[in-house]
Amino acid sequence: MTDQGIGASVKRKEDLRFITGKGQYVDDINRQGQSYAIFVRSPHAHANIKGIDAKAALAAPGVLAIFTGEDLAADKIGGLICGWMIHSKDGSPMKAGPHPALAQGKVRYVGDHVAVVIAETLDQAKDAAEKVAVDYDVLPAAVDPAKTQRSGQPQVHAEAPNNTVYQWHLGDKDAVDAAFAKAAHVTKLDIVNNRLVPNAMEPRAAIGEYDSGTDNLTLWTTSQNPHVARLVLSAFVGIAPEHKLRVIAPDVGGGFGSKIFIYAEETVCIWAARKINRPVKWTADRSEAFYSDAHGRDHVTTAELAVDKAGTILALRANTKANLGAYLSTFASSVPTYLYAPLLSGQYNIPAIYCEVDGVYTNTTPVDAYRGAGRPEATFVIERLVEVAARETGRDPAEFRRQNFITQFPHQTPVIMAYDTGDYAACLDKALAMADYKTFGQRKAASAAKGKLRGIGFSAYIEACGIAPSRAVGSLGAGVGLWESAEIRVNPVGTVEVLTGSHSHGQGHETTMAQIISSKLGVPIDSVSIVHGDTDKVQMGMGTYGSRSGAVGGSAIVKAAEKVIAKGKRVAAACMEVEEDQVDFEAGEFSARGTNKKMTFGEVALQAYVAHKFDPEKIEPGLKETSFYDPKNFTFPSGVHIAEVEIDMATGVTKVDRWTAVDDFGVLINPMIVEGQVHGGIAQGVGQALLEGARYDETGQLVTASFMDYGMPRAADVPSFNVAMTNTPCPSNPLGVKGCGEAGAIAAPAAMVNAITNALGHEGIAMPATPQAVWRAIQKMPRKAAE
Amino acid sequence: MSSVTLTVNGRTVTADVDPRTLLVDFLRTNLRLTGTHVGCDTSQCGACVVHVDGRAIKSCTTLALSCAGSQVTTIEGIGTAAKLHPMQEAFREHHALQCGFCTPGMIMAGIDLVNRKGAKVDEHTIREELEGNICRCTGYHNIVRAIETGAAGMAAMKQAAE
Repeated sequence: MTDQGIGASVKRKEDLRFITGKGQYVDDINRQGQSYAIFVRSPHAHANIKGIDAKAALAAPGVLAIFTGEDLAADKIGGLICGWMIHSKDGSPMKAGPHPALAQGKVRYVGDHVAVVIAETLDQAKDAAEKVAVDYDVLPAAVDPAKTQRSGQPQVHAEAPNNTVYQWHLGDKDAVDAAFAKAAHVTKLDIVNNRLVPNAMEPRAAIGEYDSGTDNLTLWTTSQNPHVARLVLSAFVGIAPEHKLRVIAPDVGGGFGSKIFIYAEETVCIWAARKINRPVKWTADRSEAFYSDAHGRDHVTTAELAVDKAGTILALRANTKANLGAYLSTFASSVPTYLYAPLLSGQYNIPAIYCEVDGVYTNTTPVDAYRGAGRPEATFVIERLVEVAARETGRDPAEFRRQNFITQFPHQTPVIMAYDTGDYAACLDKALAMADYKTFGQRKAASAAKGKLRGIGFSAYIEACGIAPSRAVGSLGAGVGLWESAEIRVNPVGTVEVLTGSHSHGQGHETTMAQIISSKLGVPIDSVSIVHGDTDKVQMGMGTYGSRSGAVGGSAIVKAAEKVIAKGKRVAAACMEVEEDQVDFEAGEFSARGTNKKMTFGEVALQAYVAHKFDPEKIEPGLKETSFYDPKNFTFPSGVHIAEVEIDMATGVTKVDRWTAVDDFGVLINPMIVEGQVHGGIAQGVGQALLEGARYDETGQLVTASFMDYGMPRAADVPSFNVAMTNTPCPSNPLGVKGCGEAGAIAAPAAMVNAITNALGHEGIAMPATPQAVWRAIQKMPRKAAE
Repeated sequence: MSSVTLTVNGRTVTADVDPRTLLVDFLRTNLRLTGTHVGCDTSQCGACVVHVDGRAIKSCTTLALSCAGSQVTTIEGIGTAAKLHPMQEAFREHHALQCGFCTPGMIMAGIDLVNRKGAKVDEHTIREELEGNICRCTGYHNIVRAIETGAAGMAAMKQAAE
């Protein structure tokens, strides 16, 4: 390790522009002659559009154009796609309705896009949008995922009878039934995983621009994966072929999944830019973000755990209704299936698992991947079951977990996954020590003396990151490969540009990826530029989500760096007049074994470009290498989080008093950045457990559509976190990294609810455990505990 | 349209604006000072915090006209890359930002907080005082550390100036 290389907590290179207000987010960009788009959105959850009268709006000052779904259809612009095919248990493909960028005859959720108004100024566009008269025939709405499949419910799409997109399953039902039949104890829970609104602080935005001279289109968009956006907009939506469409995702202010997807707004902006031959800019306000960014979670589950007399887990069974909303968003179908059920084994040796999932339509905002995507839902199921099973059978929750931990690796679960490595007991032991578990009773007594309740809760999670290899995900229905690309351009002076298909929207890639280069090529990080987020610069990439950038994107950089070193050795050998296999490379220096000849990395780079000292028949000039890296397996980060809460019995307010997190992410590239990822993830998980929840009324109105109505975690809602790591290096990638971006959000909700129910002495509370919900639950406490 | 004159980061500017123009739009659109961000429409998130006559305000719910004659300071006005404000330096030192979008507002709120609560402000007070600033990335842990350090740096800067 160098002082700036892998393992060093170096300060972030990108910070200087952000702390001085010099970041360049999409809304900070202004193009010559730009116009402004405002979307006319449906105020109804479900309605037929009988007519759209735009005459008055068209006559309003500054209006350039108003378009509806008919205009898109006339230009043969296709609908938005869902890129993962799921087959139902009867073998039939999922049943999906079309997803037009602007509604065609019908709206299916509040916020659905009816028309776009484009004007000279933003105020003019807003004023004119008010004048668009839409005649709706309002229909009853299907809102509740638990009821939407019943007969008589309103049908969201004719293509999906009973609002059922698929009825999928995984595992061996017969083996599970047999195990349950002989179980000494069965724990059963009804679980609601509450619907969340991602709420990255930067609202989504897009600018479409058309160059009539070259017929080229450029789209600036708040995307986690600009190349995927270009692919979808080109190949499926039909905006323009890929070589005529440039997609740029500049500084992006957080994503958490919500900026993976290809949405109606950017589709319309880039299409309309050519239509009116003017740049078209759109920026969401927060209310639009609430009803048009894809939401997360929203599962209704019944789950059971079978345990024998000795406390050994025999089997797990789960049945889940997953709300997919009114349309299938880009990766919606995969989240409650392949990103969920394969994680139900958790950290435990469970011989038999069976999971059924119904993906259902409702007249609500589309639901897709949100930080963790399926894995938090799975972790919540298994970690609630394990905690409650321990309580019901009179066992210590930590020791019950330990008794059932997987200890031999590799471990094949009954639900696809082959865990490569881990040491779950090591995380647990460290977490128990850091949390002062042994003295919890004293703290509980001290709280009781103040008339307060205290509870402690565990969450021993497993995650699967860096979903791969592409061949495997293809066999499961994915429409894309999940490799990553890297191109390393060494300049003649020895500075390095790294072009990566990963995208940074808070993760700090400009620093961590430069650290990888510093370790591999021995150059200081200030001599390294990380280039990302522009399809004209980076040829192709798959973007950043699922905690994949280190494990997949970083590994691609290592592979490309190895090629640079190999080429450098050939150049160095020619220059030093030795055999190639005589050349060693270490810490930025090429040396000829058995001689005192050596060349610095910069000297070799210069020689590669001046090309004076080697035979062009044998060595090509230049020093630039590319890698497309496709991992052998997923990575499996794991950890133990322990939440300790104190509850005010009079108000129901839950204070998070202590948080202990011990995570195994394998090798850490920058521990400071990793800890920051853990902090942020925990806060989102605490938010889900205590505050956050998107609520629809029975007509399908989103009643939590602003920061006044939707509880975002604020500074006083979370404690300082006690974070530590263990390290079992990942064997399937050259860095040994596993991924850390989602862990906190995966672990935290179960730890929180386990802590609250531990304090209450009963299991009768659902997320979010708001003060009102907790107060009500306090009233249902067993009398003795409440006194 | 109405004429408005105000001082932004030490520079006096006069412009004709629509009376409904918000201060944040005036800064971002008229002056191209895009470091001040808009993260919500209900005055909750604090991404738009600037200082008007030395006090933190939310520029997304302030009319530009109401700032006539005032001194406005934005994130661009407190320090430079070569000479950072102690609060800016502390945010970098403590990894108190990830995506950077809430950061300008956090820094401006942090400076104001220290101005009001003093250099020895404790964690509890910092967390309570940040009620009007939302960060989705950091979990606030490192922001709290940064403001503690920034407070000390501001005290040292003040002492040096005296």
